[in-house]
Amino acid sequence: MELQPQAESVQAQPVKKSALLYKLKKNKLTMVGAVILGVIILAAVFAPVLTPYNPNMIDAANKFQGPSWSHWFGTDEVGRDIFTRILYGARLSLGLGIVAILIAAGIGLVIGTISGYFGGMIDQAIMRTMDMVLAFPTLILAMALAAALGPSIQNAMIAIALVKIPVYVRLARSETLSLRESLFVKSAQTFGIRPFRIIRKHIMPNSVSPVIIQGTLDVGDAILLIATLGFLGLGAQPPAPEWGAMISIGWKYLLDFWWYPTFPCLFLFLSAGALNLIGDGVRDVLDPRSSR
Amino acid sequence: MLEVKDLHVNFQTFRGTIEALKNINFSIAEKEVVGIVGESGSGKSITALTILGLLEKNADIASGEITYRGDNLLALSKKEIQTIRGKKIAMVFQEPMTALHPTMKVGEQLSEVIRRHRNVSRKEAKRLMLVALNDVHIHQPEYVAKQYPFELSGGMRQRIVIALAMAAPPDLLIADEPTTALDVTIQHEILQLMKELNEKKGTSILFITHDLGVVSQICNRTIVMYAGEVIESGETKDVLYTPQHPYTKALIEALPDGKNANVPLKAIQGEVPNLMERPIGCAFASRCSHVMETCKTNPPALAHWQNQHDVACWLERG
Ligand SMILES: Nc1ncnc2c1ncn2[C@@H]1O[C@H](COP(=O)(O)OP(=O)(O)OP(=O)(O)O)[C@@H](O)[C@H]1O
Ligand SMILES: [Mg+2]
Repeated sequence: MELQPQAESVQAQPVKKSALLYKLKKNKLTMVGAVILGVIILAAVFAPVLTPYNPNMIDAANKFQGPSWSHWFGTDEVGRDIFTRILYGARLSLGLGIVAILIAAGIGLVIGTISGYFGGMIDQAIMRTMDMVLAFPTLILAMALAAALGPSIQNAMIAIALVKIPVYVRLARSETLSLRESLFVKSAQTFGIRPFRIIRKHIMPNSVSPVIIQGTLDVGDAILLIATLGFLGLGAQPPAPEWGAMISIGWKYLLDFWWYPTFPCLFLFLSAGALNLIGDGVRDVLDPRSSR
Repeated sequence: MLEVKDLHVNFQTFRGTIEALKNINFSIAEKEVVGIVGESGSGKSITALTILGLLEKNADIASGEITYRGDNLLALSKKEIQTIRGKKIAMVFQEPMTALHPTMKVGEQLSEVIRRHRNVSRKEAKRLMLVALNDVHIHQPEYVAKQYPFELSGGMRQRIVIALAMAAPPDLLIADEPTTALDVTIQHEILQLMKELNEKKGTSILFITHDLGVVSQICNRTIVMYAGEVIESGETKDVLYTPQHPYTKALIEALPDGKNANVPLKAIQGEVPNLMERPIGCAFASRCSHVMETCKTNPPALAHWQNQHDVACWLERG
């Protein structure tokens, strides 16, 4: 009788993967976001199949062509196909946005957990540093860092990862503070498990979900930041088909050749919006404290 | 084996200093099962946590000594106490529901602790893990090892926690109300299990409870605590059948006995004193039916009464 599995429990439970997906699917807005993002990602991956053009191929005879069957989104000031550039640009924007957040979340999780677990001087030093970083507006700090590192798309990504770290440190730390007091961590201590193993095996797996939620919400933000840095000339450099850089040149032609800045803007908006919808959905599923 | 001497523990809070433990003295011999009984808030858990160096940050060990095989545990560094925890002295908490890692399979948790204390390979740890589950009378170890804690009943979880605590196996197991959250039949099984582990593996047990019935079942000796002080201690049979302190007597009278289960329990009148403003005299004076003038001004020290039976009460000094 004792062996019967019991269904009821007050503890956090490892949610089965299929159940997670099911809950995500039930949320219509999340699905809309997922479909939009999925289409953009697929288009980026299969760009060479979807368009006959090269993103950097100059064709001066065909500059500033309006949208047509041969150039869906028109062409730019040196005759490059804008649709093609947007697809290849998606690889840069999405890819680097995701990598930037992975770096920030990974580093933030480790630092935050260590800070919260040990407390004391280490914690004070780390948290004051993070407060200093958080005191600056994200964009300004990212701009300063990108400028200091030298304008390039990799440096833009590093700058964004760095400015995003404190958010994850705070999250992981506050989660660790409550986990540290939880009975299962205390009993792991009484069983003699070493501190670093407790951090790695007992605290991190349980403090990672708010970090994942924040991460999904932040990818959209990171993509916007990359575009902003590109727009300001502090990120991707021409002729890279990065969306921000394209908008930066294109907006000067808005009145005469509306399609040039409009389509990159539209894709930026769609991807950031889709990522936010997905982030909200993931939060609803993973975070027991948010209302269902 | 373990001796606690003149232990005083205070808590600094923003409202003042709480004297949680005052002048605690007791010892545990090899293979002995010692019970600590007392009302909620009498300092039982604090005593246990002090032994393992797991007190919260606002705790202050004002004085005292806890010697384990010649070492003063209170003087050890964090690193040194870590080599004692789990390996020499382990602890089982009251709440089996939350004492396990919620998202790790119980078998993995047990293997982890076994590998920590014994220098064995992954494969050997797995074998020992199954043996350990068997030792706590889990009949399908292979199956249970693959379960998550939330898939198991409270009794099963408490068995797993005991297996974890016994992994080394330790010299001393501190069990802080290990059966309070369980229903009566399972409570009985867990007690039997602990008694068996004590006999088979020779592990001493410090058994914390507020249930005198439990004490009578497994403890060789009993310590009664009140408001952070030891007020009576001795062989369990002496303490239970010839209690000397009015508080112990009242506790025993308050027990429901099988014969007249319908008679309402005799609750002890009054309240536990505020540990922030201890009375100058005996802490029990305000609730004691035998209170005398001297009790209100002079705190009685724990003194020998007869064969290993100590009591802290002026009445017994005649
Ligand atoms: N961190 C703390 N800060 C301040 N006071 C504390 C702290 N921990 C415990 N206390 C106080 O110490 C006293 C003894 O607590 P303890 O947990 O040892 O009681 P207990 O005998 O184990 O009771 P129970 O049967 O309820 O478990 C209580 O009055 C409690 O309020
Ligand atoms: Mg307690």
